[in-house]
Amino acid sequence: MANLKHTLGAVITAPLGWVAGLLDPPLRLWQRWTGQGGMAAFFLIPNMAIFGLFVLLPLVINIAYSTTTGGALFLSERTYVGAAQYARLLDCTDYTDPGTCAEDQFWTALTNTALFVVLQVSMLIVVATITALILNREIRARAFWRAVFFFPVLLSPVVVGLIWRWILQRDGLLNAFLLSGGFEPINWLIERNWAFAAAIGVTIWAHLGFYALILLAGLQAIPRDLYEAAEMDGTRPARAFWRITLPLLMPNLLVVIVLALIRAVQVFDEAFVLTGGGPGTATLFLTQYIYEVGFASLLKNPGLASAASILMGGVLVILTLIQLAIGKRNEKRGKLK
Amino acid sequence: MKRITTGLAALGLGLMTTTAMAGDVRIMWYSDGVEGEVIQDLLNRFTAENPGINVILDNVAYKVVQEQLQIQLEAGEGPDIARVTNIKALASHWLDLTPYLSDPAYWQTNFGQHADWMREDGSQAITGFMTQLTLTGGFANATLFEQAGVALPGEGATWDDWVNASAEVAASQGTAAAFAIDRSGHRISGPNVSYGANYIGADGKPAPVDAGTKAFAEKLVTWVADGKMLKDTWVAASGSTYRAAADDFINAAIPFYYSGSWQIANLSTKIGDAFDWVATGSPCGTNGCSGLAGGAALVAVKYTKNPEEVAKVMEYLAREDVVKEFSERTLFLPAHAGVVAGGNMNWVTEDKNVVAALNKFIEAAGQIEPVAAQLPAWKWGSAYYGALTNRLSQVMAGEMSLDEAYSKIDADIAEQVAAAN
Repeated sequence: MANLKHTLGAVITAPLGWVAGLLDPPLRLWQRWTGQGGMAAFFLIPNMAIFGLFVLLPLVINIAYSTTTGGALFLSERTYVGAAQYARLLDCTDYTDPGTCAEDQFWTALTNTALFVVLQVSMLIVVATITALILNREIRARAFWRAVFFFPVLLSPVVVGLIWRWILQRDGLLNAFLLSGGFEPINWLIERNWAFAAAIGVTIWAHLGFYALILLAGLQAIPRDLYEAAEMDGTRPARAFWRITLPLLMPNLLVVIVLALIRAVQVFDEAFVLTGGGPGTATLFLTQYIYEVGFASLLKNPGLASAASILMGGVLVILTLIQLAIGKRNEKRGKLK
Repeated sequence: MKRITTGLAALGLGLMTTTAMAGDVRIMWYSDGVEGEVIQDLLNRFTAENPGINVILDNVAYKVVQEQLQIQLEAGEGPDIARVTNIKALASHWLDLTPYLSDPAYWQTNFGQHADWMREDGSQAITGFMTQLTLTGGFANATLFEQAGVALPGEGATWDDWVNASAEVAASQGTAAAFAIDRSGHRISGPNVSYGANYIGADGKPAPVDAGTKAFAEKLVTWVADGKMLKDTWVAASGSTYRAAADDFINAAIPFYYSGSWQIANLSTKIGDAFDWVATGSPCGTNGCSGLAGGAALVAVKYTKNPEEVAKVMEYLAREDVVKEFSERTLFLPAHAGVVAGGNMNWVTEDKNVVAALNKFIEAAGQIEPVAAQLPAWKWGSAYYGALTNRLSQVMAGEMSLDEAYSKIDADIAEQVAAAN
């Protein structure tokens, strides 16, 4: 049996060795000419080619589309309009009133998204931190509860949206409970504030497990002896949280904040299935606006949708730069210590 | 080595069978009811008669046809044949079947009445045929009306009559609302015309929102504010998202529902004998009692590699006996002049409500106003419908006034026309 495995291994690896032998001389020659930097570049080429093809090229094409108009798909058949699509999106008499803008629904979507980001991210961070703190304690069936909180992360966003739609719609489960308890039913998805709150609540429910897991990893990395020393000094639990847990959890918290911010700016799937952007435009977010303009309306306007997506991309770049800056600052602090 | 060669050959053959080959005809098809099963059955017979032509039926969701087909077509790709409702706006992508048909005159005679709906303005091309004619119209839950002791409004009843009678039923029976209309600009366009609307300007381009459209829009907004019109369909979404209220009617949450003839099979299947329902035609406005005609067309796509085979499939599906059988089994109104003239339809149903409903829609077809009759062949219809849905639902949600909505509708349509040009 061992001989067979050995023979099989040799048969499989022989062609690899032969190929490696064939590549060795030219690679040595390449390294001699270009040095170590050249070798690094050589090995990065496949990755960069894929990245360029599937990320950079679409980005460039998207920018090109944003400078054109018309319904045609091919760039060659589209009319070049320069920055007219951007000008249209940014054309407002009063930026605090979306109704005065040429593309009023873009500004409504932008305002909704900004409000959503602030409310959803702040609530998500608080709830995820509390969840991680609870799951970090010696509670009964801890593994089970961790799985329970992580389970929604495994669900498809469309499934999440549909489940909550069935719960919250006029004749849904929640209203059935209210009615059976003698309460007046509420049209959760028709009332503006309730619908917005539902979008926030459902997205928190769907992503809570992921962020709680990151925070839980941070909590578990905090040395236990710090708490033991604090306890011996008679430190109250609340003070231990503010003075030990929170500062040492800060790197993980920052990662969670930035990831949650980026995810919140991109909000679409769960909210779209849940509310369809309604009532009116109360839960119309940027990504849905882009989808509506570029794909869903009967007369599509890919140029305008591209321009809106480039502007949204700009926001995401700013958030990513903040994340990088925070990462670098943390790295520097670590080195100083 | 021989085994490896054989394996590679088998793999190659397997890959080849998943790609289009000469003789393949791929059809993109969506279903409202049972028509997917019926067309598959009919195509199986065609394949048995024509073993050289491999017909592949791709059953897709309506949303796929609405959102993805156009992108495929713009890229010069797509199926060989497609079942579509956005017929006119995409007409530049349809294949002129005339040179491939054995008898083009048959098509002119039997489908010529609707040929302009599916070809570019000024063209004489034969691009396909209507698989069904549809007409917007209402349905009433006769059982709820009877239980409430409210008489069904009769001939010549106006929208106000219907809504008020339905509101009485709703109050008596405790339903969620008096009535609902599908969230679609197309659906409210028949009623708009009944109040004197005309979307088409003298130059053929969209005209500004007129008094007729405003009259019905004001009624809609008032009915939503009064709680007579179900909020869930129009208010609970943004943009031009389509939402039907069929499930609310099926669940007896509303006594009156305005949709169209294509719902008949759906209602029959899902309601069963739970309650009696009737088709009502379109309630009247100040200028008429018009619904809006439309339908789904089966069209050949000009990017096909197999136009001869496509024409053979189309000729088979357009045959009088095949159209008649398809209509009888799907409970769709036929668009074939010969089938219509022949009458004697043997609708495949045991539901007594169905035949009466179909007859009512056939009767209501005679009340279509000339302005409404032009809309299916008008290329800017989609732009108008989308803007109406988008902005009126904002008014219903309390986000803007009707006057603001009218100016936004005009601006939205003008922008879409400019972008499309």
